[in-house]
Amino acid sequence: MQSNVYMILGILVMAGVTYFIRMLPLTFFTRKIKSRFIKSFLFYVPYAVMSAMTFPAVFYATGNVYAAIFGSLVAVVLAYKEKSLLTVAVFASIAVFIAETAIKLLGA
Amino acid sequence: MENSLKKGLKDGIPIALGYIAVSFSFGIFASTSGVPVFITVLISLANMTSAGQLAGLSVMLTHGSFFEIALTQLIINLRYALMSLSLSQKVDEKLGRGTRAAMSFAVTDEIFAVSSTKKGAVGRKYFAGLACLPYFGWAGGTFLGAVAGNILPDSVTSALGIAIYGMFIAIFVPPAKKFKPVLKVVSLAIVLSCIFYWVPYLDSIPGGFAMIISTVLAAAFGAYFFPIKEDEDAE
Repeated sequence: MQSNVYMILGILVMAGVTYFIRMLPLTFFTRKIKSRFIKSFLFYVPYAVMSAMTFPAVFYATGNVYAAIFGSLVAVVLAYKEKSLLTVAVFASIAVFIAETAIKLLGA
Repeated sequence: MENSLKKGLKDGIPIALGYIAVSFSFGIFASTSGVPVFITVLISLANMTSAGQLAGLSVMLTHGSFFEIALTQLIINLRYALMSLSLSQKVDEKLGRGTRAAMSFAVTDEIFAVSSTKKGAVGRKYFAGLACLPYFGWAGGTFLGAVAGNILPDSVTSALGIAIYGMFIAIFVPPAKKFKPVLKVVSLAIVLSCIFYWVPYLDSIPGGFAMIISTVLAAAFGAYFFPIKEDEDAE
């Protein structure tokens, strides 16, 4: 195990870098952007980030790829029906749990 | 403008629950790697970033240099700069630099996603409420995971791995259903992200960069072909 001093200094480095990345644009970019392209770009960013982060990573987020695909399908269907964030997250987890249990029982 | 502390706290509940699950698994990972509980919790208190923390800890476990630690964080967390820039246009125009600097600490994927998809501007009370429970959920879940080690059976922690992605899906699917340009941007981002993941050579690009490139290309595509109308930017 590494020394606590090394770990604490390492944590400070991590925290410092992460904070500055978050702080600089939000704190010093206080003017309203006029460009229609940039405004549109920033409007689309959250959707693009979230979908890029989710796929394909979600398929590898659990112990079994097929169970994760099943869980993602359940999530997409519930989200399409506009269920709440919590409902979607909980039922996706339950779906994965059921699928993984079934796969184990079938010995696949 | 959205500026109710109570509404913020309420919107923060599902994020906090998701964070407890994710940070719990981070705590378990750290404890099985032999990291002391207080160090593990300190990482979560100081950073509040899932992928960045995991990568940073992994580098420290191999006794990497501080430069390597810093560079890892920069690459994986650079997406926050894009989110912060987007938020700078979304928050209450009258907020001072000090308030903005304080809010910055809590710009996570989920808090950004929820606040940036609100209708109208976002005020500091709403943002503070939104960030509050997730922060304690993140630290608390880390503590529980670090202490509990492996109390929960693998089958449960494995299933909880999908929870955070379920939340993302619940955020971007409804607008994609209602607004075709969002659907196109989302589809392109997913295709690009999959290409970076599976295509030989491209798959050696670090995940943080791949995510930034996919995001920038997809959002630029949307902005070029489907620029939003002036009255839509509050959506």
